Amino acid sequence: MTGSIGTLLLGRLLAAIATLWFVATMVFIITNLLPGDVAQELLGQSATPEAVAGLRKSLGLDVPPFERYLTWLGGLVRGDAGRSLVNGMPVGDLIGSRLGNSLLLAGITALVAVPLALALGIAAAVKRGSIYDRAIGMGTVLAVSVPEFLVASAAVLVFAVHLRWLPALSQLGRIETFWDGFRVFALPVMTLTFVIMAQMARMTRAALVDVLSSSYIEMAKLKGASAARIVIWHALPNAIGPIANAIAFSLSFLLGGVIIVETIFNYPGIAKLMVDGVATRDIPLVQACAMLFCGAYLLLVTAADVAAILANPRLRHR
Amino acid sequence: MSASKAAASPPRRRVSPLRYVMPGIVLFWLAMTFIGHAVAPYSGAAIQDADLFEGMSRKFLLGTDYLGRDMLSRILEGARFTVGISLAATALAVGAGLLLALTASAVGGLVDQVLSRFLDALISIPSKMFGLVVVAAFGASIPVLIITMAIIYVPGCYRINRAAAVNIAALDFVAVARSRGESTFYIMLREILPNMVGTTLADFGLRFIYVVLLLSSLSFLGLGVQPPDADWGSLVRENMPGLPYGAPAVLMPALAIASLTIAVNLSIDAFYGSRRAREGVH
Repeated sequence: MTGSIGTLLLGRLLAAIATLWFVATMVFIITNLLPGDVAQELLGQSATPEAVAGLRKSLGLDVPPFERYLTWLGGLVRGDAGRSLVNGMPVGDLIGSRLGNSLLLAGITALVAVPLALALGIAAAVKRGSIYDRAIGMGTVLAVSVPEFLVASAAVLVFAVHLRWLPALSQLGRIETFWDGFRVFALPVMTLTFVIMAQMARMTRAALVDVLSSSYIEMAKLKGASAARIVIWHALPNAIGPIANAIAFSLSFLLGGVIIVETIFNYPGIAKLMVDGVATRDIPLVQACAMLFCGAYLLLVTAADVAAILANPRLRHR
Repeated sequence: MSASKAAASPPRRRVSPLRYVMPGIVLFWLAMTFIGHAVAPYSGAAIQDADLFEGMSRKFLLGTDYLGRDMLSRILEGARFTVGISLAATALAVGAGLLLALTASAVGGLVDQVLSRFLDALISIPSKMFGLVVVAAFGASIPVLIITMAIIYVPGCYRINRAAAVNIAALDFVAVARSRGESTFYIMLREILPNMVGTTLADFGLRFIYVVLLLSSLSFLGLGVQPPDADWGSLVRENMPGLPYGAPAVLMPALAIASLTIAVNLSIDAFYGSRRAREGVH
């Protein structure tokens, strides 16, 4: 198979779907290894064995695991994630009411962070060794090394407690003007941007520096190409693969980072929903949220792969 | 290229006393992992005759916590959990990731495909979520934390190391070794591995930082190290009510985390940088 771009992309898509199925299986296995009994948990210690058995039956927990797996997988494919064990609402509705909020938060963060990170990373790679590069380097080292909860609570301390400019919690219900929106999103977006931007800038710089130190760049310098031409025309095309990977990786940090950020700012998003679900052992909810996060991540990785394929002709005939 | 690099490096070296300070901080916390209990001025568990969230004083250098316990002692004793657990998890993750990466790159073909697909699938479960789900399932005992975090970071290690190894495996000297009839094992260990030590060590350092941060985050959410044991993340969590008062009890454990991760990061950079300079010569 020589592989035209079309078949190659189709292959990636199929691989992504297969991976998603694998992840679904993993998620199901892990969540079904949970010791303890949801029915027991819901009814409390003083429940009679008959009541527990009855609830188990009505929740479908008395069916063998493999049968439950098939039912669950079939439901997922049809877009039916079952019902919450805690309040009996369809999981799809619970997620639907929160999904938009999380996408909004992630989208705003990406819009702010990606251009900023690429600019910082490329500039640092070009001015490698300069004071600017070292300052950027120190800054990214700092940002990469500090836990999200520290960034978030420091931001709250400065902007909400001391300066009183911004609210410490994000209440979406009261957005009427652009300024309201800005106030609600400022702290969470600031925290998330701080968290993922550093990673992205660092990896972008590394990818570009790697290319810039290869001998064909030396050749380009020797033939008298300008610095801008070398970076944009010679180096960047060969760094697109790693940079696309950097973006995908960093955005996956976003998926993890929102767990802390949504919790600290009490933001009504899907990560908070999932954390609450884990605490109450709401298995269908946790499974569905996990699948959603994994699906989003796979999408990013596949996009990065595609970018790498399109940017590097040699990879097409591997 | 090598000449210009060698010429550029001396002035950079001159201006970094950080080179010696940062590994020093790492060594300090490593030492505290083993002797923290012995050198702590008080018992971290003992409630002192002091106010809650007291500021820094000569008696309590880093103030007191939400029960009036000595913060310095609690941080020194917490090093055992934060550093110890993280180190164990990182060593497991990097060891397994490196081994798998070398195997994949040297054997190639189906083995590489299957391993890469399997681990790509694992990596598509974001680390904190993986941690949350597994910890919820098995409880937050220390062995579970170590193994969980090791599993979480194997795919990342594998990916970085495989990328480096595959590049090296495509080089001519490996092809020569293959046509010489060397065994796969020999190619893994003697041809590929020595040329990617820098990548692997840098990855170890970064991975260690991720593990420290993940452990701290889990503990901060109350799902990591459980009372009466307390790592630095737990210390931040239990003292959060002191945040509005600017109590050192909130700030200091967080700064301990930052000092460790930043020191590791810069030590790796310093080491990696000098390696790069030396490699430039060959």
